[in-house]
Amino acid sequence: MAGQQRPSDRGFFNNLFSRPKYVTVHPRRVNSQTPPSGAGEAEPARTQPPLPGTPTGLETSAPVRLPLTPAREVPDGLWVKCGACGQILYTKDLAKNLYVCYRCQAHLHIPARDRCQQLLDHGLEEEFAAELTGSDPLQFPGYREKLEQAQEKTGLREAALIGRGHLDGLPVALGVLDFSFMGGSMGWAVGEKISCLFDRARELRLPVILFSAGGGGARMQEGVVSLMQMATTTQAVARFSQAGLLYISVLTDPTMGGVYASFASLGDILLAEPGARIGFTGPRVIEQTIRQKLPPGFQTAEFVLKNGMIDAIVDRREMKETLARLLRFHMRPAQRGDQVVQGSV
Amino acid sequence: MSRAVFDWERPLVELESRIAELQAFSQERGIDLSGEIATLEERAARLREETYRNLTAWQRVQIARHPGRPTALDYISLMMEDFMELHGDRAFRDDPAIVGGIGLLAGRPVTVIGTQKGRDTKENLARNFGLPHPEGYRKAMRLAEQAAKFHRPVITLVDIVGAYPGIEAEERGQGLTIAESIRTFSLLPTPVICAITGEAGSGGALAIGVGDRILMMEYAWHSVISPEGCASILWKDARQAAAAAEALRLTAAECLKLGVVDEVLPEPLGGAHRDPRTAASTLKQALVRALSDLDGIPVETLVQQRLERYRRDRSAGWQRHSSEAGL
Repeated sequence: MAGQQRPSDRGFFNNLFSRPKYVTVHPRRVNSQTPPSGAGEAEPARTQPPLPGTPTGLETSAPVRLPLTPAREVPDGLWVKCGACGQILYTKDLAKNLYVCYRCQAHLHIPARDRCQQLLDHGLEEEFAAELTGSDPLQFPGYREKLEQAQEKTGLREAALIGRGHLDGLPVALGVLDFSFMGGSMGWAVGEKISCLFDRARELRLPVILFSAGGGGARMQEGVVSLMQMATTTQAVARFSQAGLLYISVLTDPTMGGVYASFASLGDILLAEPGARIGFTGPRVIEQTIRQKLPPGFQTAEFVLKNGMIDAIVDRREMKETLARLLRFHMRPAQRGDQVVQGSV
Repeated sequence: MSRAVFDWERPLVELESRIAELQAFSQERGIDLSGEIATLEERAARLREETYRNLTAWQRVQIARHPGRPTALDYISLMMEDFMELHGDRAFRDDPAIVGGIGLLAGRPVTVIGTQKGRDTKENLARNFGLPHPEGYRKAMRLAEQAAKFHRPVITLVDIVGAYPGIEAEERGQGLTIAESIRTFSLLPTPVICAITGEAGSGGALAIGVGDRILMMEYAWHSVISPEGCASILWKDARQAAAAAEALRLTAAECLKLGVVDEVLPEPLGGAHRDPRTAASTLKQALVRALSDLDGIPVETLVQQRLERYRRDRSAGWQRHSSEAGL
């Protein structure tokens, strides 16, 4: 086909994923265009024009909110369609590439169990609070059925999977929220599991690594009960932190609302996956409130990095290595074992 | 004083004004209508009971939003002998949607922090409709820590539908700041009493809604999201807000049952806006009582108990609720 574009040139997801690799620690210039300040409040000090000649890759107008859950193309699940670039992908290859689209590099949603397998040397060696399951404190209309459907679909009891294992030989406590379970939202059971993760890790004196994904934040169907879990999880993190232990929070797509505004924000180190949506209020609500289009790239990992809200963006395929490095930075020389360089005193 | 009238209380308001007319008429003409007036007043009393005793959740939400409902600064001026407002987050700007300062409550120095709505359009624009930006929460944290340094109790007055949903708020870290604020109030080494005076929606309310005692006014609501927000997200129809208000169980009585608040403070029949002075006096008495309850508890114990309170709430409160419902 003449003039055929590579998938990455199509402007899907504003080309946020079009670069082959993400640099682990350096803030990226590309895509870091500051949105024009809106809502009638001029903020000259905060608004920097993009550097001249900087390719922004953002010429495609409004922020694209495509689902990052790979869509099933055929019933047997052999092939899936990338939610970002629309390419048909071979499931096995996609899984091998850690659910990063091998055409456009979009970081697609990854099931919680796969995430554990991918990060831990022997998978979850012990699952904490495995018996905890969702409940319906308000008897909210239709909620029971939704919970059951989610359990059936994901094989999980709730949106959080917590436990311990070894990452590159280092003992860690790991928590993973699964987007495919009711959007990774936090109800009572998820909040209880997150709190339990920090409590157990404090007892065992393990560092915590937590991958959050919560599209809706606190789960609406549990009303004020889920709101309270923002307080209890925050307090569990605070107690854990007071014990002098390390918490690395990894924000994955999407980390919004009450999940972002509680435990997910309170890591000693905040990392994010490329292109992850991160923010407090959902984009639709903001658009309806301020009655204007949101700037491209709004509430992405790149946006919060530029605004100083996270430490680094890390490609999923470099995540394990990066986490291991960070864990070792927080160990005494004797604990680091063979990593100690001779004569480095 | 705003005289906004809800549709569902119109029959009562009309009856009340008819009684007033009749009284004026009888006085003017010197005609004795006391029999008729007494009958009407009896009817009004019955109607008043009917109107306000069995309010739906949605009607309560409407009362909580009544434009004449006392704001944080109203309560402060009605309850406190002296008060000086302190401004600014020392980092970006002063957020007019959150007010705070030091004052005397029953002779005792306290720090008060509250969300501040306006009473009319002009004030509301200046106050951003009581919707804070991150700098507002930073101001709240600053004032709370200042209070702790001088062993002053902190009182928060919560009346907020949610944190401001805007571009700048997101740029400046709305979510992260709310998380930090929840943490700050959770660990604050001084007594913290929160009073939900009107609306208390989402993390924006919880950011100044964590403390040792949570009081809630009778017609206030407290939930994870506004009923409109819930209806438009779940059912794609904001007009179903009344149904959502019911489903969310956001009334003071429900919150008490769920173990989320400690005490519900009765309001003048029909809402605090009908008699702000009485409402403020009820609130003041409850605050003074709560402060004296917390007196003399060492701060370490206080913080410990505060943290345990949230653990207890989540395991006990709603389970009690569920079992009552036969779950």
